[in-house]
Amino acid sequence: MSRRFREAAVAGIGATEFSKESGRSELQLAAECSLAACEDAGVDPADIDGMITFTIDNSDEIGLGRCLGVKDLAYTARIPGGGAAAAATLYQAMAVVNAGVCDNVLIWRAMNERSQYRFGQNPTSMAGYTGGHGTGSLLWCIPFGAMTPASWGALQGARYLHTYGITNRDLGHVSVQERQYAATNPKAWFFERPITLEDHQNSKWIQEPWLRLLDCCQESDGGVAILVTSLERARDLRQPPVKIAGACQSIPYNVEVISNYYHDDLTVMPEAVGTARRLYAQTGLKPADMQAAMIYDAFTPQVLMQLEAFGFCGRGEAADFVKSGALALDGALPTNTHGGLLGEAYIHGVNSMAEGVRQVRGTSVNQVTRRTVEHVLVSSGMAGAILEKV
Amino acid sequence: MSAEPTGPAPAADGATRMPPIVTPDAVAFWAAADREEFIGQQCGDCGRFTFPPRPMCPHCHSLKREDVRLSGRGTVVSYTIPRHPHPFGFKTTPIVAVIELEEGTRLVSNVVGIAPEAVKMDMAVEVTFEPTMKDHKVPVFRPRSAP
Repeated sequence: MSRRFREAAVAGIGATEFSKESGRSELQLAAECSLAACEDAGVDPADIDGMITFTIDNSDEIGLGRCLGVKDLAYTARIPGGGAAAAATLYQAMAVVNAGVCDNVLIWRAMNERSQYRFGQNPTSMAGYTGGHGTGSLLWCIPFGAMTPASWGALQGARYLHTYGITNRDLGHVSVQERQYAATNPKAWFFERPITLEDHQNSKWIQEPWLRLLDCCQESDGGVAILVTSLERARDLRQPPVKIAGACQSIPYNVEVISNYYHDDLTVMPEAVGTARRLYAQTGLKPADMQAAMIYDAFTPQVLMQLEAFGFCGRGEAADFVKSGALALDGALPTNTHGGLLGEAYIHGVNSMAEGVRQVRGTSVNQVTRRTVEHVLVSSGMAGAILEKV
Repeated sequence: MSAEPTGPAPAADGATRMPPIVTPDAVAFWAAADREEFIGQQCGDCGRFTFPPRPMCPHCHSLKREDVRLSGRGTVVSYTIPRHPHPFGFKTTPIVAVIELEEGTRLVSNVVGIAPEAVKMDMAVEVTFEPTMKDHKVPVFRPRSAP
């Protein structure tokens, strides 16, 4: 293959069902969602030549390649940082297609994160605190009882919430909106199960006085895959291409993935500020150019901090922005229209990227129709992408 | 990596808190804690403090890392009360806090000696120590009168 710059596009997306007990291996989930993404695109899985996932995905590239019959793999990469780096998979896929070294790049994330192990419980393994996962500094939290993502996320959001006087009830508006989207999404675990603000306020404290149960994402079993090709190739495939207009990572000095307590100003999320700056610089786009956003929502405060980082509202204004109905389908920025990680499933943010693709295609069950969707922002904090209609 | 997640039986003295995970660059920090000394890492060339411990100064790239006694005084800049799940190894619900030290660095620790509901942002605290499993100690913080 001659190496020349090619624009990259999402050509296919695929997923398993989202459940609490898949009843099969993680590798099988990975194989099923990957095959679905290839079939969606109309690409023979044998022709996959790049494979990208998270460092903490338990399935091997070779094992998955043996399921799919991948005949000549040219590139593999794994992204550290857990869900914070979810969108970096799109970034890597874009870059290797841009560079002309791969034609069909598979992104996957598949896990039995409810039935086989639970991120929300006390740790049963120290593997995540060793080097190479981007989460090694979490070891400084464990002896003090900060043992779960909710505890780390609460400590990350607390100074922001305190500084701007944002209450837990304010956060409830994020949860109510996302569960409303999930209620009309048949694929969502919480399909037909919306919540009220009172339900939110009546849910138990997970991290007092910041996070209640309904501020926290789910624990889920399932898999999601995305197939990235060149834009020119995607034009000849089964689905309308969704161009990756820009994608990047941003890890400013002294930032950590979720135990993010060491940088200068604890009322901002510097990695999301950096991601926003890079994405807007790459694409020449601005916040007002986005017709929808898929924002990593492990915990509700992180949604607010990202809304501010990306310039959709001013600093300290995100709670009021959400209360105004901005995240609804007829709002200023329809957000997490699949129900998010709170409402649809927790497939580590890759399911949210797939929803971004559906919004650009015009095929979401909660499709933005008030405006033509030209651009969708996908953010996981430390990484982001802008998906574009062509 | 010396800690096991949930396995070992409580030490003879009854301490059930999980012991620190001691990485090579943090040996001095935790050894000092075992002696109830609270130390920090100061650059032997430019004099700036860093946390967590690391082999190189990010400001001047010096490898002269000096372990110095810290004042042990700081303030609470973030906190949370972990209600569910109950953190492994704690007999009662702890206050988890991010402490900003007088020397300018921050660390995650606990505020002890008060009820969880009594913790406040910007509360002045000072270091003390609590035992863990495997006969280690960790620095925690109790309220102090602000200077």
